[in-house]
Amino acid sequence: MAENKNMKVVMDKEVIDRSLTRIAYEILEKNKGISNLVLVGIRTGGVYLAERLKKKISSIEGEEIPLGVLDITLYRDDISISKKKPSLGKTKILFSLDDKKVVLVDDVLFTGRTIRAAMDALIDFGRPKMIQLAVLIDRGHRELPIRADFVGKNLPSSLWEAVTVNLVEKTGVDEVIIEEGT
Amino acid sequence: MKFDRKDILGIKDLSVDEINVILETAESFLEISTREIKKVPTLRGKTIINLFFEASTRTRTSFEIAGKRLSADTINISASTSSVVKGETLIDTARNLEAMNPDVIVIRHSAAGAPHLLATLVKQSIINAGDGAHEHPTQALLDMMTIKEKKGTLTGLKVAIVGDIAHSRVARSNIYGLAKMGAQVVLAGPATMLPRGIEQMGVQAFTKLEDAIVDADVVMMLRIQLEREKQNIFPSLREYSQHYCLNSRNIKLARPDAIVMHPGPINRGVEISPDIADDLSRSVILDQVNKGVAVRMALLYLLTGGNE
Repeated sequence: MAENKNMKVVMDKEVIDRSLTRIAYEILEKNKGISNLVLVGIRTGGVYLAERLKKKISSIEGEEIPLGVLDITLYRDDISISKKKPSLGKTKILFSLDDKKVVLVDDVLFTGRTIRAAMDALIDFGRPKMIQLAVLIDRGHRELPIRADFVGKNLPSSLWEAVTVNLVEKTGVDEVIIEEGT
Repeated sequence: MKFDRKDILGIKDLSVDEINVILETAESFLEISTREIKKVPTLRGKTIINLFFEASTRTRTSFEIAGKRLSADTINISASTSSVVKGETLIDTARNLEAMNPDVIVIRHSAAGAPHLLATLVKQSIINAGDGAHEHPTQALLDMMTIKEKKGTLTGLKVAIVGDIAHSRVARSNIYGLAKMGAQVVLAGPATMLPRGIEQMGVQAFTKLEDAIVDADVVMMLRIQLEREKQNIFPSLREYSQHYCLNSRNIKLARPDAIVMHPGPINRGVEISPDIADDLSRSVILDQVNKGVAVRMALLYLLTGGNE
């Protein structure tokens, strides 16, 4: 709701783009290049961000790196207690993860439960050499011992605030907003 | 997501939206069967009972694999090894199984309506895996999924179903489903195998195979149940196959890109000639089996709710 006066834009198009550029360089620095490097985006926001990171990394290194798409629904820890089943997206990881350095990409890191599910899913696909985590926003409130390796912005928030990442690919605009929950 | 059912008893009572939800969910499940580790933890701790009062290889195995790939515990009971041979009634069997707290009961029974009876008796989800000559909803769903994958859509397609329509639950479920999804369904079979009034289901019926398959996008051949020969429904298998066997000659009447389907098990040379069954440019018979696992995974996923 744009007319909500408790709403605040914390990242705009330029800021998001600069953050992703920095993360792309950090990923390359930490991994000393792109050898054995793969990106896996968590549906749906993480996929768009992973695609953008892939583009940036490829243009820096002059070489494409593999990109996978992961739907974590089947690995959620609340799946047997939720009354309605969440709708399922397609997972598409068309390369082996064995001995790969996998960078998981998501839009918001919150409780950490999504990342736990994602790591379980990745390990069902093989034995990666390591798994790293890149997120655009870290809003705190972890419920599991998980932290990100690459963070666009640390955003201190309270539990009743909602953090929304809007991306051009999905909503036509690039912005991160925080608003008072209802 | 719009899916709030306890049971899957037939295609007749599913809405177009529900069919779409099932097919889309099944498409997402396809990928799991291509992994090296073909298992996801989703239905951990759930129990699925496959209660089969009729012989089955494909359907029972398919349900079992679907359950196992979702990490559920699956138990198979076939009539020949159960208390049914000791004279227990279906209702008593069901009440006893219910007392063991499974989450889903998959049932195949020779009596039409047996799954519906069970659904009213027990609190568990019931999936109809074929009831008499009534319905076989999971077969129709996997057929629709296969057609959709090959043709991109179901709407506007001409689908010919050929064989013993009267005794076929596969035909009945497919007629309901395909008609709902906007396909044109045309039937062919000997007059003794075409139920009277079948046109009321919104289909055309012919007694000549050739009339039905002209310009068809999909030709679905049904299995001739060999035991029907004794019931004087048709004179002989030989005569049946002379008129109703799909072969390299009559298939030319269908569209050049027509696909050939069969729910299995096939009688080679009776309703389908071996060269057609094995022609992978047309025959999608094994694709159907492959989709079957995904469709059943989708149904198990959608039916197993929470603690409410």
